Amino acid sequence: MGRKLLTEHINVEGIDTFEVYRKHGGYRSVEKALKTMTPDEVVEEVKKSGLRGRGGAGFPTGMKWSFLAKPEGVPRYLVCNADESEPGTFKDRQLMSKLPHLLVEGMITSSYALGANTSYIYIRGELLYVLRILEKAIAEAYAAGFLGKNILGSGYDLDLYVHPGGGAYICGEETALLESLEGKRGNPRNKPPFPAVQGLYARPTVVNNVESIAAVPVIVNDGGDEYAKIGVGRSTGTKLISACGHLNKPGIYEIELGVPVEEFIYSDEYCGGIWKGRDLKAVVAGGSSVPILPKELILKTAAGEPRLMTYESLSDGGFVTGTMLGSGGFIAMDETTCIVRNTWNFSRFYHHESCGQCSPCREGTGWLEKILHRLEHGHGNERDIDVLASVAKQIEGNTICPLGEAAAWPVSAAIRHFRDEFEWHVRYPQEATRPGAVFPGKAVLV
Amino acid sequence: MAKITFDGIEVDVPDGTTILNAARTIGGGIVPPAMCYYTPLKGSGGKCRACLVRVAAGSAKDPRPMPKLVASCVTPVQDGMVVENTTSEQVLNVRKGIVEMLLINHPLDCPVCDQAGECDLQNFAFEHGVSTTRYEEERRTFEKIDIGPLIQLHMTRCILCYRCVFTADQLTEKRVHGVLGRGDAAEIGTYIENIIDNEFSGNVIDVCPVGALTDKTFRFKQRVWFTKPVNAHRDCENPKCCGRVVLWYKGKDVLRVTARKDQYGEVKEWICNTCRFDKKETADWTLEGPAHIDRSSVISANHYELPVLNAQVIADLPESSLRDLEQNPPMRLGN
Repeated sequence: MGRKLLTEHINVEGIDTFEVYRKHGGYRSVEKALKTMTPDEVVEEVKKSGLRGRGGAGFPTGMKWSFLAKPEGVPRYLVCNADESEPGTFKDRQLMSKLPHLLVEGMITSSYALGANTSYIYIRGELLYVLRILEKAIAEAYAAGFLGKNILGSGYDLDLYVHPGGGAYICGEETALLESLEGKRGNPRNKPPFPAVQGLYARPTVVNNVESIAAVPVIVNDGGDEYAKIGVGRSTGTKLISACGHLNKPGIYEIELGVPVEEFIYSDEYCGGIWKGRDLKAVVAGGSSVPILPKELILKTAAGEPRLMTYESLSDGGFVTGTMLGSGGFIAMDETTCIVRNTWNFSRFYHHESCGQCSPCREGTGWLEKILHRLEHGHGNERDIDVLASVAKQIEGNTICPLGEAAAWPVSAAIRHFRDEFEWHVRYPQEATRPGAVFPGKAVLV
Repeated sequence: MAKITFDGIEVDVPDGTTILNAARTIGGGIVPPAMCYYTPLKGSGGKCRACLVRVAAGSAKDPRPMPKLVASCVTPVQDGMVVENTTSEQVLNVRKGIVEMLLINHPLDCPVCDQAGECDLQNFAFEHGVSTTRYEEERRTFEKIDIGPLIQLHMTRCILCYRCVFTADQLTEKRVHGVLGRGDAAEIGTYIENIIDNEFSGNVIDVCPVGALTDKTFRFKQRVWFTKPVNAHRDCENPKCCGRVVLWYKGKDVLRVTARKDQYGEVKEWICNTCRFDKKETADWTLEGPAHIDRSSVISANHYELPVLNAQVIADLPESSLRDLEQNPPMRLGN
């Protein structure tokens, strides 16, 4: 059994209340940090831990914190990105609804480290019930003296707010989130300047994912070095994986980074194999925006090594043979899955969610979806697959924010690894679009 | 000051200058195209991606290339930066892609569009586009939208550059329009189908790079290259209005009044609606002389001067055309 750092007490009855949470060691990190450590020492511990951003990008959290500009007399902010809304990713809402005080504790300790006196949790608007849970937890923390003026007599003040978004995926992009938090339309900003220099209200700001902030109390309590001992290489600590799709036991698992993908899929400790005894066809390992990989590449790297659940191992081979750990949205697909339909479905999402600010994303995401729609419905032509790949390439890297890439990567990867299936849709539209049709393999195309 | 190398040409520019403006100090054909950036409008730029360039070296301190192409209009220069624009195959290919994207939902109705001859997208497509499209899907169209008696919003032509939104935001106190919807369903609109009514609203016409916002008092009156632009000024009673304009003549009639633009088509000083829409008599203005139009458009390309017509051609012209030529002798643009 792997160690559980964040979710150890998740099933304890009443753990969402201050009293029970406190009984199980809650808020120790706040006491330790505020009474015995300087803010810089907290930052140093986070750096030592090797914690990497759990929202998807995997940027080292401690390093991100150290980039924060600290001009005299200017407020700075910590914003928690709780706008989780990528298809396949649903770990943060579970963490927040079951362990709200873990996030609140993380916010206090992290805000202290960054010198922020006002912090925000920007939560997806649809998660109204989670917002209520968090608001209750915050009220309890205020009542217990862990928030507000002069916390624990340390002289440190902090106000914490939860702000619901309007329900736009783009508001999970950090600069769009800041725009939205400021009350404006959630359009991403041009970078530079980065939020660490000019973020919320043009002040230095750090934006971190829920899971990253929830890991901070553990790091402060046990020390960064201890945290860094878990995991493999530069992928340290534990990671929440939201597993879904054709698995026997879909759900949210806290794994020690470094678990082999094969073990994660097939062992009873985790997903328990593919449902109905079917064969695995493909996996999207890190949320719908990362490249899809066929079975042979998700289980083994190009070099034939077992693929591990780490940032490095999953991205081994670049996008030719690898993918990304991303936000840990693990979507498994069995042998009956239609890859074209699946890609179209992802494309529909990104087309719908593009903010429309920059031309390649605004026009390109719609173009991708429309071609995929035609292919899936039996109206594709010979040229479509190449146009699809080319349009995805035109979007990739040329947009203001990563939503363009999120729309393009699944399409590029699907064509890269499953081109035969796309060609089958073009050559045999009636057969390919028959309800329940399963791609019969390359032989049919010869 | 920062020294940068732009397409092999070294140039010194003040710190904080954007790559695009650094290129503009060099000028000529190497300046990246810009559809959404507009110097006088704070916060504009970075959206159309037309001006993407490759930064082959970030700075003298950190000479690593930037991993992605960057929008030159919003990226400040660093000392020692090396930028590739026309010298980069990648940039030119991406630019073709951007033209293709922009033309997906922009109709090619240039023959009936009032912006023809002054259209940034027309120039951009001519310089960087390809002659065919690969787009086979249904295109976006809009019903006619009435936003008042002075300005025509032709949403089908809009490329969502946001310039008019920034203009309204920064120039007027009663902004009523903005971007509604998102993705390729985003549109410029007023909430709810309001009219745009404020004293500086006409400036949104000048900043629109395409024919999405046109002057209702000028629509379909004349092709712009058949008019004669003349600089003029008046003492405008509105303190925010500079009163310096271009009068677009056809014969003795002033068909249109616009703000003056620089060589990149950008307005330097804004004018009020009174000057733009109500003062269309020569007597209202003090004329200064022919306006200098230094752009690669048909306005400056087609001079239609008499010498191009030889004696035989003139002799063969119908009487009405000869009369017209006498009354409206073509004026050479520029100095």
